[in-house]
Amino acid sequence: MNLSRLFNPWVIFGATVLLLAGVVDNDYYLTLINFIGIHALLVVGLNLLLGYAGQISLGHAAFFGLGAYTSGILTATCGVNPWLALLAGLVICGITAVLIGVPALKLRGYYLAMATLGFGIIVYIFLNEAQGLTGGPSGLAGIPALSIFGFKLDTPKRLYLLIWPVLGGILALSANLVDSRTGRALRALHEGEAAAESLGVNTARLKLMIFVWSALYASLAGSFYAHTLNFIAPASFGFMFSIKLVTMVVLGGMASIWGSLLGAAVLTVLPEILTMFHDYEVIIFGAILMVVMIFLPRGLVRGIMDLWEFRRYKKEGGTIA
Amino acid sequence: MELASLLQYLISGLTNGAIYALVALGFVIIYHATTIINFAQGEMVMLGAMCAISIYQVYPSLPVAFLGGVALVTLVGILFERLALRPVKDPSAIVLIIITVGGGVFFKGVAMLLWGKEAYSFPSFSGETPFHLGGATLLPQNLWVLGLTAVVLLALEAFFRLTLVGKAMRACAYNPRAARLVGISQGRMVQLSFALSAGLGAAAGILIAPLTLGVYDMGTMVGLKGFCAAILGGLSSSFGGVLGGLILGVAESLATGLISSGYRDAVAFFILLVVLFLRPQGLIKGGS
Amino acid sequence: MRSRAIAAILVFLLGVMLFTAGCAKGPGTEPYVVGGIFSITGPASYLGEPERNTMEMLVEAINAAGGIKGHPLKAVIYDDEGDVTKARLHAEKLITKDGAVAIIGPSITPASMTVLEITQKAQMPLISCAAAAGITMPVKDRFWTFKTAQTDQMAVERIYQYCKKNGISKVALITVSSAFGVAGKAQLLAQAPQYGMEIVGQEVFADKDTDMTPQLTKIRSLPAQAVICWGVGPAPALVAKNMKQLGFTIPLIQSHGAASQKFIELAGDAGDGIILPAGKLAVFAQLPDTDPQKAVCKEYADKYQAKFKGAPVSSFGGYAYDAMKMLTQALDQAGKDKAKIRTALEGVKNYVGVSGVFNMTPADHNGLTPAAFVMVKIEKGHFKLID
Repeated sequence: MNLSRLFNPWVIFGATVLLLAGVVDNDYYLTLINFIGIHALLVVGLNLLLGYAGQISLGHAAFFGLGAYTSGILTATCGVNPWLALLAGLVICGITAVLIGVPALKLRGYYLAMATLGFGIIVYIFLNEAQGLTGGPSGLAGIPALSIFGFKLDTPKRLYLLIWPVLGGILALSANLVDSRTGRALRALHEGEAAAESLGVNTARLKLMIFVWSALYASLAGSFYAHTLNFIAPASFGFMFSIKLVTMVVLGGMASIWGSLLGAAVLTVLPEILTMFHDYEVIIFGAILMVVMIFLPRGLVRGIMDLWEFRRYKKEGGTIA
Repeated sequence: MELASLLQYLISGLTNGAIYALVALGFVIIYHATTIINFAQGEMVMLGAMCAISIYQVYPSLPVAFLGGVALVTLVGILFERLALRPVKDPSAIVLIIITVGGGVFFKGVAMLLWGKEAYSFPSFSGETPFHLGGATLLPQNLWVLGLTAVVLLALEAFFRLTLVGKAMRACAYNPRAARLVGISQGRMVQLSFALSAGLGAAAGILIAPLTLGVYDMGTMVGLKGFCAAILGGLSSSFGGVLGGLILGVAESLATGLISSGYRDAVAFFILLVVLFLRPQGLIKGGS
Repeated sequence: MRSRAIAAILVFLLGVMLFTAGCAKGPGTEPYVVGGIFSITGPASYLGEPERNTMEMLVEAINAAGGIKGHPLKAVIYDDEGDVTKARLHAEKLITKDGAVAIIGPSITPASMTVLEITQKAQMPLISCAAAAGITMPVKDRFWTFKTAQTDQMAVERIYQYCKKNGISKVALITVSSAFGVAGKAQLLAQAPQYGMEIVGQEVFADKDTDMTPQLTKIRSLPAQAVICWGVGPAPALVAKNMKQLGFTIPLIQSHGAASQKFIELAGDAGDGIILPAGKLAVFAQLPDTDPQKAVCKEYADKYQAKFKGAPVSSFGGYAYDAMKMLTQALDQAGKDKAKIRTALEGVKNYVGVSGVFNMTPADHNGLTPAAFVMVKIEKGHFKLID
């Protein structure tokens, strides 16, 4: 047996998930790890859009919120089966993404940033003001747990066993996507729209596809979030959360699937470890966005690895081309 | 609908719109010279207000507080350009957006540390006795805001059209290479535009502080709405920016008064989306 | 490419391992661990900061006096930043890692609603400092949950009683679009028929709005005899300023959210004449000596101001004060057994606190009556007791 096969990232990911399931038995850590998983779902989706397709979104929290609220309202208020509600969330987010994406993705750069931002704020205000439907700023309580064949996923451990395998699947799906023909078209798109067009890529369709794709990830994450917390309030889906997601992408590295996981993990865990973090949280996010983009535009992980490889290369007496 | 109320909506809308217009002008200045959008512009407004309030607490003189606040924030604007934007090796839109958004968040965080989360009041420039105007009222401070907007607009137009520096700045945005060939230092122009727009933002912040109170998170919304106004006006036209601001202000005020107050903040962004989707070049086709 | 991915995963794995290693040590057995979750930073920091200060101050005092039957108290306080996700994580941490015997907080309603989802399950006594009546109602689903803040219901009762006494029957509402404002508005609407009040207009404003003249212009054209504003922070002060600008002649009634010295400062001249319900702490010096709360409020105010020099004492800190005092009493009776603590809390009778006189029952986990509020009027920059 080839040993290097064991070092396949997927094998390690699977082993880690299994290992953590066996080792960690504290609800707090499991909840934290679950939130990492939920954030990672969001960040992978956003990274497809931001990192691979080169299209910015400053309103990604809106899809997260739409997914969470669709699940929440349908289950808590209407008593619909949670899985059907989750599916409904996906449908609603998909349709919304198409409706917003078709006109918005014609825009470039700042205009696209502003359009997505505006969309995010409108959704946020809607969640606050449509009180008959969403419960308004006081939030929506009484969201039941998910269950599989009558087996209730109402503890952090059981949720973990749902969220992380699903995340694994999503990561695999995304990795497949970027390694496929579509992925190559995406990279061409990132380099320049005109160039991609000249290579025969239908950029409008491609951009829309990725936009919808990332909205669906966000919706899924939203549904999981609603069933994890059993309670949702609009404040979790505001502008600041969109910025936080962008920060996670940037930190983990644009156009890096595994980096997304790392970015989500670091920025979810850091505030928990550093209690002094709170007062400085906003400053740290701002600083990360600036510093990483200025000095390590390929993301923290890849930037540091590049530096490391560069040193090793130098040590070995090589020259940098 | 009685006339007095309608007039009041209009006056409230125009005075709020003038604030958006002032912020929009800050965006337009930078865009004029660099085609960059500075998402941290709203925080310059906040910093202006907070700095002036702090200066006023130490030395209670309005002119000193005003000039001091503007000077400090101008410096911040220059430093921001120098430290955060100039070192960027790959200045693509996406990188610059993320950096300026990060800068905005950073300034907000620093302001929270420096001034805390409390709101502070700042005295009006010339009293608080309202004027009556056919059943509607407005404050002297509202007149200050409207007046300054008009002055700044005219001054900017004159600057960009008549002075050599102003023309050079526009040339930089229009065709950086050609500008360099005729001996215009692009770096200096960029720096100047950031200084100008930060100072202008600060002035706007100090002007509105008596009306809105000064608090560390006052900049974000006003900055975003100012940007809406700038886009509405086509981004590269000062007149367009001001017109966009006034339209937004009046639309918000009328929507609050005649439709519902709950969706007030959504109005500006809704208009923004409609304009972006139907007429992305803005209401006024700007540029030369 | 692949080596990078592997390295990324390994870093992640290592991080999780290191982080998890911290949980190996078991909870100490000697001190009683009391948890606190407050919005110390973020938009609701005006609540969380005095609450945290108060809790720390009391724990220090109790330990200086030898603890509870020899057991020192250990306060583990977390900041939820007003974020429900963080509040939930902190609650999990207090329950499963820190070994808390009871939790005080969170400061705001949405965070309290998230936290009680798991404290109920974990059978952990929770004493919330947030306002909404829904935190302790319906009581059959809130077996383990208590709260010390007066509910909006009581504030509204006091306001309507005042209106009725003063011949006001038509009011216009202007409320903030936050949990506080929405809950207040719901109560104002629900209780109106009972007091024969007619609501002639309803306007809202966003938390960060800076100009309410359009909403007030609309109200000005209505036949209202008074305006009732429900909000906290700078916005209600701006409502007062805008009303002055628009030349309103009818009175402005604010909620207890405006019962702070900061509000008076921000409203300036426009604050004069505003009427509002307030906890007795705001005017304790003007209370008659026969009022049992006078001494408690004075003691709290003196101690707080002595410890946090310059910081004004606020009724929000009072919520944490009462919670901590009642919990101390319960710990003294029950020891560290959570079920016994809960029973002791439910049995609190005639506890004279900063926010009112508490009488808990199995059907009422708040234990306050509208008498917890007094009506005050702002005169020349000070609160004056009027009812």
